[in-house]
Amino acid sequence: MLELKNITYAVKDKDTGNSTKILSNICLAFPEKSITVITGQNGSGKSTLVKLITGMEKPTSGAIFYNGEDITSLSVTERAKMGFTTAFQQPVRFKGITVKKLLDIACGKTSNLSGLCDYLSQVGLCARNYIDRELDGSLSGGEAKRIELAMAIAKGGEVFLLDEPEAGIDLWSFSDLTKLFTSLKDKTVIIVSHQNKIMEIADNIVLLDKESAPVTGSREKMLPLLQNRGGVCAARKGV
Amino acid sequence: MDKIDLDLLMKIADLHGIPEGSYNIRKNGQSLSRASDKDVEIVSKKDKDGIDIIVRAGVKGKSVHIPVILTASDMLEKVYNDFYIGKGADVTIIAGCGIHNDTCGESRHDGVHTFYLEEGSSVRYIERHYGEGNEKSKREFTPVTKAYLKKGASLFMESTQLGGVTYTDRLTTATLYAGAKFTVREKLLTDGNDKAITRFKVKLVGRDSTVDVVSRSVARGNSYQSFVSNVIGKNRCFGHVECDSILLDNARILSTPKIDAVSPEASLVHEAAVGKIAGEQLVKLMTLGLTEKEAEDTIIKGYLQ
Repeated sequence: MLELKNITYAVKDKDTGNSTKILSNICLAFPEKSITVITGQNGSGKSTLVKLITGMEKPTSGAIFYNGEDITSLSVTERAKMGFTTAFQQPVRFKGITVKKLLDIACGKTSNLSGLCDYLSQVGLCARNYIDRELDGSLSGGEAKRIELAMAIAKGGEVFLLDEPEAGIDLWSFSDLTKLFTSLKDKTVIIVSHQNKIMEIADNIVLLDKESAPVTGSREKMLPLLQNRGGVCAARKGV
Repeated sequence: MDKIDLDLLMKIADLHGIPEGSYNIRKNGQSLSRASDKDVEIVSKKDKDGIDIIVRAGVKGKSVHIPVILTASDMLEKVYNDFYIGKGADVTIIAGCGIHNDTCGESRHDGVHTFYLEEGSSVRYIERHYGEGNEKSKREFTPVTKAYLKKGASLFMESTQLGGVTYTDRLTTATLYAGAKFTVREKLLTDGNDKAITRFKVKLVGRDSTVDVVSRSVARGNSYQSFVSNVIGKNRCFGHVECDSILLDNARILSTPKIDAVSPEASLVHEAAVGKIAGEQLVKLMTLGLTEKEAEDTIIKGYLQ
């Protein structure tokens, strides 16, 4: 179980010194063996939440617990070694580093073609066409995004944080993508998404809002609110 | 050759011993070993220190090794090597110099290499510079490479200096005639108080001549790098110069581009980017389980791969 207790995250304006709260006193629980989708309007703090869970940012106040252990002060590397696995919203490009090298780093060993094929085929890519290519600007946004997800699969882990994993991926591949996320169901999966098709595979949905506390509930409870009443704002009114 | 010699040869030329075919191994100012064959002849210069490498017209797929090793302290040498590449020949030349200096003195190798490429010839020129030894020793290179490429000739120059060289000042000039192509891939790493200067001057004289220079460098510690490029387009031609650098610690990099389109049909491009390792790159690798230091090393190694 991953728990966020009274998490507040504020940023300070360097010029004025004024503090702006991005997240305010958030309490959330992400049970294991389930998929939780975090949704909400732009600026509601979804990606910030992912950064706090992975350790890229530290909360201004509050604490993060994983299986009862306070991990708030642990670094990104320490959390990665504990089993936290992240797929970024915007894939990072590396001049000179090949897809094979990155997958090898992710899985912690040198893989053969068959092993690399296992990872890349799950995201719809043929290993032979990609392993020797550099993960640089020569790859399209969709290709880089798929490789980002392949790295998460290669790494494995217990808590998967996938920030808008569908962004840049064509609609025709959506069913394969959702199958992939469903296959992780024995882990703790947290997906930031706006897509109905991804919310449809969620066990739980968290609706973040800039102004008030998150609304959480089962898919069965949250989907009708989000879909039939005109989206995020309507969902809030209906709760 | 002793173990130090063999280690240096391995580092600069991937040689485990005496190579096959034509070669010249120079150590501490003298030719240690040399061989010529019917396709590639190597002869000593009569008027000054150095050799002529003569590749016969039409020779294909040959490799020529001409490494230099310096293991004596206070050894300052200047060598003139001229390469005459016959019409339609296609060869690989592996040069480079390794310095081992365990004293507090100075070791310096100044190689002046001049390439004369005849029509339709093609050369892959691999040059590695490497230094090792006492922290107080000076290990210096000031190579000069001059190239003249006739119609349709192609020169691919791979220049690598990945540490241990305290001072280098590299000057590369090229004159390209019709349809000639000059490609440069430079990799450079400096650390400590190293200083490295790289200067390119390329004249695109002939119609449809092309130059493509890509320099990737990493500057660490208090090191200093200067990259100066000057491409002059005198005809319908294409020139591209790219200088990408990563800065670490207190290092400094100066990049000075110059492109001169003398002909209105010249198309010349210069790109330069100098900066620290992007934070998102470090974080991405850390989310895969690497420490910050491991992530930094991985990025640099890949960058200079």
